[in-house]
Amino acid sequence: MTVAEIPAIEAEGLIKKFGQAVALDGLDLRVQHGDIFGVLGPNGAGKTTAVRVLATLLRPEAGHARVLGADVVAQAGEVRRRIGLTGQYAALDNSLTGRANLVMIGRLSRLTRAEAWRRAGKLLDRFDLADAAGRAVKTYSGGMRRRLDLAASLIGRPEVLFLDEPTTGLDPQSRAVMWDIIRELAAAGTTLLLTTQYLDEADRLASQIAVIDGGRVIAEGTPDELKAKAGEDRVSVTPAPGSDAAAAVAAVSAHATGPVAVGAGGRLTAQVPARDGVTTDLVRALDLAGIRVTSIAVRRPSLDDVFLTLTGHGVAAGVGQPRAAAGSGETGQRLAGWDEDDGAGVAAPQGGEAA
Amino acid sequence: MTSATFPQAPARPRRWRALRWAVTDSLVLTWRSLARIVREPETLMDVTVQPVMFVLLFAFVFGGAIGLPGGGSYHEYLIGGMFGMGVAGSAPGTAVALVADMSEGIIDRFRSLPMSRAAVLIGRTGSDLLTQLIGALVIAVTGLAIGWQIHNGLGDALAGFGLALLFGYAFSWAGVCLGMVLRSVEAAQQLGFILFLPLTFISNAFVPTQGMPGWLQVVANWNPFSAVAAACRRLFGNPDPSALVHAWPMQHPELAVLGWSAVLLAVFAPLAVHLYARKSR
Repeated sequence: MTVAEIPAIEAEGLIKKFGQAVALDGLDLRVQHGDIFGVLGPNGAGKTTAVRVLATLLRPEAGHARVLGADVVAQAGEVRRRIGLTGQYAALDNSLTGRANLVMIGRLSRLTRAEAWRRAGKLLDRFDLADAAGRAVKTYSGGMRRRLDLAASLIGRPEVLFLDEPTTGLDPQSRAVMWDIIRELAAAGTTLLLTTQYLDEADRLASQIAVIDGGRVIAEGTPDELKAKAGEDRVSVTPAPGSDAAAAVAAVSAHATGPVAVGAGGRLTAQVPARDGVTTDLVRALDLAGIRVTSIAVRRPSLDDVFLTLTGHGVAAGVGQPRAAAGSGETGQRLAGWDEDDGAGVAAPQGGEAA
Repeated sequence: MTSATFPQAPARPRRWRALRWAVTDSLVLTWRSLARIVREPETLMDVTVQPVMFVLLFAFVFGGAIGLPGGGSYHEYLIGGMFGMGVAGSAPGTAVALVADMSEGIIDRFRSLPMSRAAVLIGRTGSDLLTQLIGALVIAVTGLAIGWQIHNGLGDALAGFGLALLFGYAFSWAGVCLGMVLRSVEAAQQLGFILFLPLTFISNAFVPTQGMPGWLQVVANWNPFSAVAAACRRLFGNPDPSALVHAWPMQHPELAVLGWSAVLLAVFAPLAVHLYARKSR
């Protein structure tokens, strides 16, 4: 068997419970070499648990998983030699300096002392941390800490890298830096599995996405394949202030394939057929009804829409909130309606608290 | 490059290599703990400020009221007692540090690395041994300042230091176990104090056991801290009222220290590793 024939990561029927709570409920995954594989789901979907099982930190109750052909339970040592893990919160010694952390983790990753120092220096330069290398990590900002944490995961040259919500809690600029690094790593041949609850993040980074909910995969494919599942286009119309709301709804309804939702500021949203001319038809109908339009936009379904279509969460609620809350496609918009903590339970101090 | 595609190396070199890596990992983590101390020296207070405070309190506040059966200087008597307490006094700190490690992300990092599992614990106790050595030296210097002296040869004195440090090392594994079963740093701090103080005080460390109620004398005479104190006093040539006590550990304190240390290590070291392994799953 050659390396290319074995998937980088494969999981079959993984089950993991924490007391009564089922975190993984028959999870299947298959990640090819060199992919950026996105695991997308709300808090509590089982993303963190999945990563912890694949990274040998948790033992599944049933099912099995292999990373680079090695079983995560029976050959955990072999797996650990070849993976890197960056969790939701920085796994660093806050009292030590950035450089000391990297050297320590390098030594524990089986590098020689000279090699650990050399790699540490290189990674500090590459992640723009050279100036802060001699400072204790507790003085770092959230973004710096994340970068150092990622550097720590890379010091042992992992072939497979797990990133558990790598940008949660980061400001947009730090997030963009993180995205660049992730793309760079993939270009260099590292296989990446990243979990995220940011739809646009999965959309922009991942070549393959698994949508998980309730501890199992509910859809899988490329971002475009998933979007195709959500079907029709979405229109959003904002009538000028003082317009006749009922007339506006009637005009949009005439061309919509489903109910028209009225959101904040009188904004109307609805699904419309994905065909040319739908926008002009809508504008004409609104004009005939005497509605002046402040803005109108028709767009392809986003991954938010896919998610809502697949899980049913929030969709049935109808008028207003879910569709209005999700779907604008802004950077970093979270899935609407999920605020609970992830099942795996470790509290995640989120990046921002720089000292 | 995987073991799945190539025949496995013979078992013996593999095992040796694993042992070598375990030693390296333990040394790296010992270095980590020491580097932390260098950056945060206030964590050394439990083996520096605390013993000095106890020596001064007992020498000058309580000492005048304590008479020694068989006579002799209380100041000289006190230092041997302080050795056991001062050296083992790092154990509650060990529990606190491990609880903190366990509740922070760093332990997940260690678990995802191809490193030896026991190294986290061995590294910690290794650095404890060095802080205990610092503690012993601080007590010795404080002792010299208040009139303590070594009356036997240097060899005997070093044996006293060695016994105290051996006991301290063994005792820090009890601290490791405490750190493995507790969940919060606050609990570790409080429980460490609550357990440690009576354990050291119900002994001959500060007062001769002869004045205690009968049943408490039995407890105190068999307390390992009494054995450490008596052994140090004998080896330093300081007043040792426990020589008049007929309990076996007081007649053979050096052997008792060796025995207690062996028992502590045999019980708490495997238990600590077991608790740590169980926590990872």
